[in-house]
Amino acid sequence: MFLKKNIGAKIALLPMIIISLTVFVGCIIYSFIYSLTNSKLIPVFNYVGFDQYERLFKTRKWDVAVENIFIYGFVFTIGCLVIGFLLAVLIDQKIRAESLFRTIFLYPYAMSFVVTGLVWKWVLNPTFGIEHSMHLWGFTWFELDWLVNRDLAIYAVCIAAVWQGAGFVMILMLAGLRGIDEDIWKSLSIEGVPKWKSYIFVILPMIRPMVITSLVLIAAGVVKVYDLILALTSGGPGYSTTTPAMYVMENFFSRANLGQAFAASIIMFISVVCILAPWAYYEFYFRNREAKA
Amino acid sequence: MEANGPRPKHLSIGRIGMYCFIIMCALFFLMPLYVMLVTSFKDMDEIRSGNLLYIPKSLSFYAWPKAWSQACTGFVCEGLKPGLVNSLKITIPSVIVSVSLGAINGYALAFWRFKGAYFFFGLCMFGAFIPYQVMVYPLLKIESALGIYSSLPGIILVHTIFGMPILTLIFRNFYASLPIDLFKAARIDGGNFLKIFFYVIIPMSTPITIVAVILQVTGIWNDFLLGLVFAGRDNQPMTVQLNNIVQVDYGVVEYNVDMAATILTSMIPLAVYFVSGRWFVRGIAAGAIKG
Repeated sequence: MFLKKNIGAKIALLPMIIISLTVFVGCIIYSFIYSLTNSKLIPVFNYVGFDQYERLFKTRKWDVAVENIFIYGFVFTIGCLVIGFLLAVLIDQKIRAESLFRTIFLYPYAMSFVVTGLVWKWVLNPTFGIEHSMHLWGFTWFELDWLVNRDLAIYAVCIAAVWQGAGFVMILMLAGLRGIDEDIWKSLSIEGVPKWKSYIFVILPMIRPMVITSLVLIAAGVVKVYDLILALTSGGPGYSTTTPAMYVMENFFSRANLGQAFAASIIMFISVVCILAPWAYYEFYFRNREAKA
Repeated sequence: MEANGPRPKHLSIGRIGMYCFIIMCALFFLMPLYVMLVTSFKDMDEIRSGNLLYIPKSLSFYAWPKAWSQACTGFVCEGLKPGLVNSLKITIPSVIVSVSLGAINGYALAFWRFKGAYFFFGLCMFGAFIPYQVMVYPLLKIESALGIYSSLPGIILVHTIFGMPILTLIFRNFYASLPIDLFKAARIDGGNFLKIFFYVIIPMSTPITIVAVILQVTGIWNDFLLGLVFAGRDNQPMTVQLNNIVQVDYGVVEYNVDMAATILTSMIPLAVYFVSGRWFVRGIAAGAIKG
């Protein structure tokens, strides 16, 4: 009876179940197994234990990649959240031409990472870009050589990424702000709380779900960063802006070093799990308990 | 999504300052688009000697036809035109298949719960956060085994797989917010799984479908990595071709052609966004993406 009742739903969910098991779970197991081998051009099962991981952690390039992803993750996340929130608050001030401003802040989100990278590569071009413009205007001291500077190139990537993603965070935050009851604003203004204080100490905690959603969406995007850097710096100068994703792709497709690529990808996966675990715990366990209590 | 209450009547110093700030922000956000546009209409002499931020002294239309049909990617010089066709061939079926799958998953999960369904839903959501790099190579192996690697069906399947988690989630959330009595009434009237889906649920799904379609059209159109790996040489999407055109290692770099090519590549998602962005914003405000 039970089975018959739901047979339609079970058939309908079959693709999801198959994909989840074979692709999402299967691929991780496959990658993990072959990360324990010394596969080069083709995957062969030649067990070498954790050698690939040991080699990975000794590779200078991997260190740089990890360092970069931390810088990028930190600056991009904070940048998107702060700018997104700020823009949402500004838009929420009953300004004129609200939809025009909203459109302007959100349109970069429709651009691909490749396009974003190429545009900013041109704007930040040290010979013809903004630096050149400033020199023509007489600001000869002005320097904007981030793309050719090993220490600063990763921040150029961050700027491009924040430009692309901040508008989306703004929309999410704005949806939260618009859900705030007008009475709360009235009572805050009767109490004489300054507006900026209300936003930071009262409203921000109230739209916490939206903040968390934004945070999770941004964080999930951080590890995926690949095309943006490929288009903007190609990982350079040298390999100063390389990321774990690039390291993996390089070892898969141009250096024919499969074992190493698998090991690096598994480390990427584990770091994502470590970052997401607290959120998932909160979302699924803590919330359920709260709901029951 | 409208602001509550009236707009203040008079402009105080504070509000003038606020307007100045928001206009500066807007200029910063617009600057790259502006630079792209003006650069594409300049000739190379002006690009080398002139100011990046100035409008062209004389309009040059050299770059656009070149970017469209003559620019070289590696050995072939056909511009971006074949890329546009490929991107359409990839995007349209991928969007249809992935959105349909997401809708039916969301419907089954919201109304026809059975034991274990939510376990697999959790597994599916977990897939949204696995870095592509972990899955790219094994998936390539799976597709070669199925004989569809580096073909149109191959890339469509990949987009369907990677679009599934988020689409399933937003459809499930949307359907879960519909009144359950409606579904119960349809059940009592003898509707089965498919009948209820087609006659009751689909007619109510317009707002969420718009959000899903916009997400997928822009997402798939803008994809680079998956197109590069799975589409094969003959089906390379526009983003891949754009990158190939711009990142040539030889010859003179023609920035005006590069910028024209960049604009051409972002044309479709920008158009989609400008035409339907309002509904997208509304859909999000209505709870398509929840906390």
